[in-house]
Amino acid sequence: MATDLQRSISGLDSLELNAAQSDRGPGKIARAAWAALWPKLLAIALVLIIWELVHLTGWKENVIKGPATVLSDLWQQLHHALLWRAIGTTLRRAVIGYSLALVIGSVIGVLVARIPPLRAAVGSIITGLQTMPSIAWFPFAIILFGETTLAILFVMILGAAPSIANGLITGVDYTPPLLLRAGRTMGLRGFTLYRYLVLPASVPAYVAGMKQGWAFAWRSLMAGELLVLIFGQSSIGQLLSQDQDTFDFAGATSVIIVILIIGIAVDMLFSKLDLAVRRRRGLLDPSLSG
Amino acid sequence: MSLTDRRAGPPDRGPGAGRSATRTADRGQAQGRAAISLTQVSKVYGSGRSALLALDKVSFTVAPGEFVCLIGASGCGKSTLLSLVAGLDTATSGEVSTGGQRVSLMFQEPALFPWLSAARNVELALRARGVPKTERRQRTAELLHTVNLDGFGDKRPHELSGGMRQRVAMARALGQDADVLLMDEPFGALDAMTRDLLHDELERICAERTLTVLFVTHNVREAARLGDRVIVLSSRPGRVIEEYQVPRVGPRRIDSVEVAEMAARITDRLREEMGRHGH
Repeated sequence: MATDLQRSISGLDSLELNAAQSDRGPGKIARAAWAALWPKLLAIALVLIIWELVHLTGWKENVIKGPATVLSDLWQQLHHALLWRAIGTTLRRAVIGYSLALVIGSVIGVLVARIPPLRAAVGSIITGLQTMPSIAWFPFAIILFGETTLAILFVMILGAAPSIANGLITGVDYTPPLLLRAGRTMGLRGFTLYRYLVLPASVPAYVAGMKQGWAFAWRSLMAGELLVLIFGQSSIGQLLSQDQDTFDFAGATSVIIVILIIGIAVDMLFSKLDLAVRRRRGLLDPSLSG
Repeated sequence: MSLTDRRAGPPDRGPGAGRSATRTADRGQAQGRAAISLTQVSKVYGSGRSALLALDKVSFTVAPGEFVCLIGASGCGKSTLLSLVAGLDTATSGEVSTGGQRVSLMFQEPALFPWLSAARNVELALRARGVPKTERRQRTAELLHTVNLDGFGDKRPHELSGGMRQRVAMARALGQDADVLLMDEPFGALDAMTRDLLHDELERICAERTLTVLFVTHNVREAARLGDRVIVLSSRPGRVIEEYQVPRVGPRRIDSVEVAEMAARITDRLREEMGRHGH
């Protein structure tokens, strides 16, 4: 009897699972990669074409250089230690500032989500901070810390931490009530309920907050490097500032391209993380997960 | 080692504790201490003019090892009642007692944690009870075996079918080592074929261990198929209006004559009750 039942059940299981499985060969992956790549290549090509056309019209011809000139300038700069040193300084600041923002934002997020009076007091301030343009903090930061790296980090944290905290708070708030009921009947209470249910449940919103926090941190960092000039430390912002002083169109454009590339690369990392989290939880349309 | 061996409960758990595979129909309220008892339980939601009386002086008992189905039309407060028994909510008046036994609750949705694999979901129930790590692994494997999911422990909930998810939820509920299992329309979202198989599965699991089950459903045949006793509740407010003992003669099937007859009687009673609300 029991074995009959077991056999019917496992038969039904395999019937249902096989239907849900999809085939994925190497050819399909390559095609998916190409499908993701060509629109980006097309966009870059379009930008280069429009740029070249503007250059050809001769508008502001004393200033504007064509893509060929700028790209060769970038190529030359890539062979100089100066640009790499500048990228190194900027990335170090990015890592330190963002890490601090991550720690501070997460701690604030957990506290605000857990303690209702704190939420009533601080909740709207966090949202208010998010709407504050980071550049407006610089005079304040420079008065406090002088023209130092600390001033830049301070503004980065003010820019990024609220987004990270808000992401976490949203995640905690949107923990499905059904899972909370299930957790409570299992005997999860207080800290263990947080550790095993609420925090893991809030990861997708937290990752979204982290991604947004990165965008704010990167913007604050660029603004800071343009405003806070620290003698003897070349950074990407400082290079850009120098190019402005020397009216170097090609140099400035090269640096902007570097800024874009770094910003997009890090953003892609966060998108990958976001996708991985959602795929693990089955929150993704299978047709998009390729 | 069978899982029931572990439960070194106090000796006063009542005569029904040692239930054998063949359940008898006359195991009723008359026996010893009840596993679940509700005395004049009322539940009011809200207050003042908007107050809603969900349950009105509901009284019944469930004997240890008994399988009782609660049935009623919409708005009979079935889910409210389970929340009260599970201790997730408190009654406005009256007394709900489970005699300090461990209670676990299953829902219509599996309510598995989507970031954990099937095995980890089951293991979490063990961890919440403080089962040591070395023991958890083996117990998890045993529980997955109990619900016929050997080899699926590494799958995540979204990779499993609805029926399999509900079985993981069942393994998780069993992992809480509960004496009382409350089930809130656990098979309501499943197709009929899967549901029939899970009925057999649930019956087998209940026969293997000493479980008191309070099973809420709005499927009359399901109630007649599974229950030792079927309690019918009225709607708005919920009141006990009828009780049926289901005669147990050998294995039942959802399509057997006895089940159909019992279901017909219950359906008639429910229709009569619903007619009361018509115009």
